[in-house]
Amino acid sequence: MIYLSLFWEFFKTGLFTVGGGLATLPFFYDISDRLGWFTYQEIADMIAISESTPGAFGVNMASYAGFTTAGVPGAVTATFGIIAPSLIIVLIIASFIRGFQNNFYVSSALYGLRPASLGLITASAVSVLSIALLRTDLFKQTGALLDLFDFKCVILAAVIWIATNLVRPIKELHPLFFIAVSAATGVVFKFAGA
Amino acid sequence: MLPMLQREVVQKKEWATEEELVDFFSLSQCVPGIIAVNMATFIGQKIKGVPGGIFATLGVVFPSLVIIILIAALLSNFSDLPAVQNAFAGIRACVCVLVANAVVKLWKSAKINVFTILVFAAVFACTALTDISPVFLVPASAVAGIIARNLEARAK
Repeated sequence: MIYLSLFWEFFKTGLFTVGGGLATLPFFYDISDRLGWFTYQEIADMIAISESTPGAFGVNMASYAGFTTAGVPGAVTATFGIIAPSLIIVLIIASFIRGFQNNFYVSSALYGLRPASLGLITASAVSVLSIALLRTDLFKQTGALLDLFDFKCVILAAVIWIATNLVRPIKELHPLFFIAVSAATGVVFKFAGA
Repeated sequence: MLPMLQREVVQKKEWATEEELVDFFSLSQCVPGIIAVNMATFIGQKIKGVPGGIFATLGVVFPSLVIIILIAALLSNFSDLPAVQNAFAGIRACVCVLVANAVVKLWKSAKINVFTILVFAAVFACTALTDISPVFLVPASAVAGIIARNLEARAK
């Protein structure tokens, strides 16, 4: 029953994510590895859509991944799966526990969880980077170092990095602006070679 | 998201004070799950108990669900078009920069000492190089945090 396993996988994602939407990413890669519901490339596309639409990033990702896996009921199931642990845990904490943050065990657990979450997010960033900028399949075939890099994408990424980090009036713009510009660049210069 | 909650929840509806909102925000970061969802549950629970928490949470995910289903359905019909494939190849280059920027921002705000660097490196290596699931790494690092704090407390 696909809906049960969808719910369960996203329930685990909600339960073990600590610290922000990006922290959900490693779980999507893990699901892709184990169950093959979606590819790494599809995850990269989901990130693009989830970044540029309103709503919490993690919720958007779950809705999109659920839809890719099992259509509209899949989207609903995955979304309920990812929010269910939050709902249960927060309701318990809000109703019964006072001084939750100041508890020694909670703050100590977070002492380990914060760097762990950063490690997970960094690993996800590396995956996104290699999907977008490298052509590992072609490189494995030819072994030529020049074939490893997708130069069009590397140049575009470099330009966007400069624009988002160094150019003052541009860098405050909404991510949607950069995504739209990149989409147009991709179409004009035939980035996928299609 | 915080500025919007300040306007809607604190100023317009007066469901919570400024201080409560900040408390909910820091609590939401300590609790598993997506921060925006946790915030909604805390605020809803404060106003109307368990049903309030449930309805506030449904409210915060509903727009995501509808918008994403519409976009995903639309895109899945056009994903074979060359223009769409080219556009997404371009978008992927952009997304990796946006994600990298977010990661660098997180690095800058991180507390750095021997323990945090060890945990970071171990989790990164396990995720990047092995098949070990984050479902095991996350509880393991929570336990490591508790052990490390205990050792530090004893050393003092």
